[in-house]
Amino acid sequence: MTRELWKGNNAIAEAAVRAGLEAYFGYPITPQTEVLEYLSRRMPELGRVFVQAESELGAINMVYGAACTGVRVMSTSSSPGVSLMLEGLSYIAGTEVPAVLVNVMRGGPGLGNIAPAQGDYKQAVHGGGHGDYRQIVLAPASIQEAVDLMVLSFDLAEKYRTIVMLILDGSIGQMMEPVEMPPMQKVRRRDWDWATRGRDQHPNGERRFLTSIYLDPIEEEKTNLRLLKRWNIIQANEVRYKDYFLEDAEFVVIGFGTAGRVALSAVRAARAKGIKVGLFRPVTVSPFPFDAVRELVPRTRGFLVVEMNTGQMLDDVQVAIRGRVPIEFYGRPGGVVPLPEDILAEIERLSSDILSVDRDPRQEWFKRMSALTPAG
Amino acid sequence: MVMTTSTDKLIYTRPTAFTETPTHYCPGCTHGIAHRLVAEVLEEMGVIEKTIGVAPVGCSVFAYNYFNTDFVEAPHGRAPAMATGIKRVLPDRVVFTYQGDGDLASIGMGEIVAAAARGEQLTVIFINNANFGMTGGQMAPTTLPGQKTSSSPAGREVSTQGYPIKVAELLATLDGASYVVRRSMHDPANIRKAKKAVRIAFETQVQGLGFSLVELLSTCPTNWGMTPVKALDFVAEQMIPVYPLGDYKVSPAVAVLKI
Ligand SMILES: Cc1ncc(C[n+]2csc(CCOP(=O)(O)OP(=O)(O)O)c2C)c(N)n1
Ligand code: SF4
Repeated sequence: MTRELWKGNNAIAEAAVRAGLEAYFGYPITPQTEVLEYLSRRMPELGRVFVQAESELGAINMVYGAACTGVRVMSTSSSPGVSLMLEGLSYIAGTEVPAVLVNVMRGGPGLGNIAPAQGDYKQAVHGGGHGDYRQIVLAPASIQEAVDLMVLSFDLAEKYRTIVMLILDGSIGQMMEPVEMPPMQKVRRRDWDWATRGRDQHPNGERRFLTSIYLDPIEEEKTNLRLLKRWNIIQANEVRYKDYFLEDAEFVVIGFGTAGRVALSAVRAARAKGIKVGLFRPVTVSPFPFDAVRELVPRTRGFLVVEMNTGQMLDDVQVAIRGRVPIEFYGRPGGVVPLPEDILAEIERLSSDILSVDRDPRQEWFKRMSALTPAG
Repeated sequence: MVMTTSTDKLIYTRPTAFTETPTHYCPGCTHGIAHRLVAEVLEEMGVIEKTIGVAPVGCSVFAYNYFNTDFVEAPHGRAPAMATGIKRVLPDRVVFTYQGDGDLASIGMGEIVAAAARGEQLTVIFINNANFGMTGGQMAPTTLPGQKTSSSPAGREVSTQGYPIKVAELLATLDGASYVVRRSMHDPANIRKAKKAVRIAFETQVQGLGFSLVELLSTCPTNWGMTPVKALDFVAEQMIPVYPLGDYKVSPAVAVLKI
């Protein structure tokens, strides 16, 4: 096992190459640009496809076209660019072809800033493009995890003919950590029975077409239900999360990505002070680990949701917990990364007796925030 | 299968690049002719089995039902980007887009210019019918000055609604474009010339000579509110003066192509 120091963005680019990435299409945007730059050198070196597209619209539709041929393809972007890609993602979902996208999230809305943020959770998990579809969303908290999930993304995308989106925030994209890179996989062209590669490539020379049009509402309804059926299988088989110090925990912090990582430092510090607190970190934020969170309810006195936004995953946690146990929230939106001390202070508040299921966690947090950072 | 006896001569049949599906186009619409030109060329070149078409959003959205080749259907205007994705991973395939003027010259102007500038080895069949057919005849970037449409009811007023976009002329300025011509489909002589251009465009791609586009002046009798014959006259008398037929870009390598 050899570990080398890698910058996050370069690491996921190399991981994708090793997972058999055959084509990459992208457009520069901070804090994701190193992926594009890395692959502009690496892909041609291996005789694979790299195109710097004219825009994210161009990039995602190149991904869509390549995905229809059944090769491993991806794009990467950051928040404003991903917004432009939503049309294409909806078509990809409607056409049921596999595609992988990375969003190295930054502060928003609008042009926002280039600091690490988690403001696109809702867009990735609940929304995105038009129409009734869902996508797998993976949220790593370290570069090693990002590398491992990058490889997994391609397998999941192909297995379920779905979109897999990896959401990182700028800090994971930009920082350096020791990483064990996955082995180099061969580029494999599988004989998908749906891919459009020209009739002479199909076993019976049959004509194939790929489209997202179902003019007859009954057919579209069937398609929506087929997507949901597949999603139910994904939900049953692909939920992933990490837990820390939960065995005897009375309080549970829930956070994903960098917020989860910072929360872990805070949890360790709280443990050192004798507070029985643990961390639950969703790795698949979609499908969200509803059942795993629910299972914690009977033995937990209070939850603290920590995010780098104004409480987006919070809604999912509330759905999981259904008002049975108090929830508190701590968020730093707009590109501000919470400090372990801040989260530690929040954990200490949990063990005082403020907790109540009647408190609205977002509004209570907002009151505390307003004292610190007047909303203007 | 059409049966012929030894004395009969078969002079007209359905190209094998077509499926049996009847098209949904309005009577007198020249989309059908444009389809046929492409189908005949694909058959003559023997490339049906290695062709992947990219359908647009517009009246020809269902083109994939009519061609006996693999097909995908792109978001509105994005066909050149999708085609780029396909062609880059499968460079030995014949990849073409078929796009209307709303699709290509309005919402998809970014994608087509970029694909041409990159010199993508693609063939684009561009149908200029001076309006948005599918959505009910609204003004397109190609609508003629003064032309009445459902969204320019008083006639296109250039001072507020702008001037026609001349796609062939515009794309011909790009070094990546190797073959860019405009033809019309309003009479048999012009249709024959159009077919030759479609053939050269596909040959350009197959020989790896770069980006090719054939702009075809086309009719939309339904939304123009004309009989099919009047619509053909409109092309000849009103459209051609604004959109002169001709070869706007023929790279030296394409110019010496032997067909
Ligand atoms: C993003 C998006 N915007 C608008 C539409 C609605 N729409 C469908 S077809 C069309 C115009 C098609 O006109 P054109 O490309 O000229 O093709 P024609 O129908 O004339 O052949 C429009 C605006 C759409 N489908 N998608
Ligand atoms: S609406 Fe116009 S372009 Fe569309 S099929 Fe009818 S005549 Fe042709």
